[in-house]
Amino acid sequence: MDDPFVIAGESMSSRLIMGTGGAPSLDVLDRALAASGTELTTVAMRRVDPAATGSVLDVLTRRGIRVLPNTAGCYTASEAVRTAQLAREALGTSWVKLEVIADERTLLPDPVELLDAAERLVADGFTVLPYTNDDPVLARRLEQAGCAAIMPLGSPIGSGLGIRNTHNIELIVASAGVPVVLDAGIGTASDAAIAMELGCDAVLLATSVTRAHDPELMAEAMRSAVIAGRLARLAGRVPKRRYATASSPPVD
Amino acid sequence: MRVILNGTPHDLDDGASLASTVAYLTTATTGIAAAVNGEVVRRSAWAQTPLRDGDLVEVITAVQGG
Repeated sequence: MDDPFVIAGESMSSRLIMGTGGAPSLDVLDRALAASGTELTTVAMRRVDPAATGSVLDVLTRRGIRVLPNTAGCYTASEAVRTAQLAREALGTSWVKLEVIADERTLLPDPVELLDAAERLVADGFTVLPYTNDDPVLARRLEQAGCAAIMPLGSPIGSGLGIRNTHNIELIVASAGVPVVLDAGIGTASDAAIAMELGCDAVLLATSVTRAHDPELMAEAMRSAVIAGRLARLAGRVPKRRYATASSPPVD
Repeated sequence: MRVILNGTPHDLDDGASLASTVAYLTTATTGIAAAVNGEVVRRSAWAQTPLRDGDLVEVITAVQGG
């Protein structure tokens, strides 16, 4: 079935966006990325380490995967804007996963700084994909600011708690005019499927694959789960009922 | 002169350029970006960007994350 995922006019066939954080080695990451079928993958921007060997960029280039730099580790709009500008210069992409977090313990987004940064980056020509709280009002404000997608969290980054407020995700999906990407909190395949069944356009995950016992196998599971959830959403599920509805004809 | 390069003080020859300073830190020629005192400097301008005593220089690249 031809069902492309389109962000800012760019079309992808995979609805699974991967992160690269947490993998025990570049080799494991490489195999997990291949198994996931992802076409868009996040990286973080950090000071050059002269002792580092191998680069995550080499892996992505070899696999033909589009790079999506993030602003992880930024606590203020100004830090995030500068990080995005450095990423654009280093990687030659104006796409950015905008993260502005409030504190290290929860890694929850700081909504005030996030919206400020989004407005400044849009004005500077960036394609902004904001990691945001599961707040329908903030999602609307980010869309109004010109963001190319809305990426609400299911639960805190790396928590594996799944989607804690499915109702809010449904509300965001119902009113969004840009793609909605469920970002953060996915623990296992069923979480990814639920995100898609709720109507999200894609899922972004890292930890649940990279820190799984077998990252390559979990990547394959996530690939299937995202496809299954998407198909179920398009197919239209049956309504839930309080009592049975016979699926076999009555006995004569 | 002394600059702070990625958080660590470094003594450089007077008039050293940003290009030579980046090359001192890494042999990578792609996937890196530099900022001087918080302002991003385009790669095409590195060779024409002399550093001054006390400059804060950041040289960054992509790593696993997100």
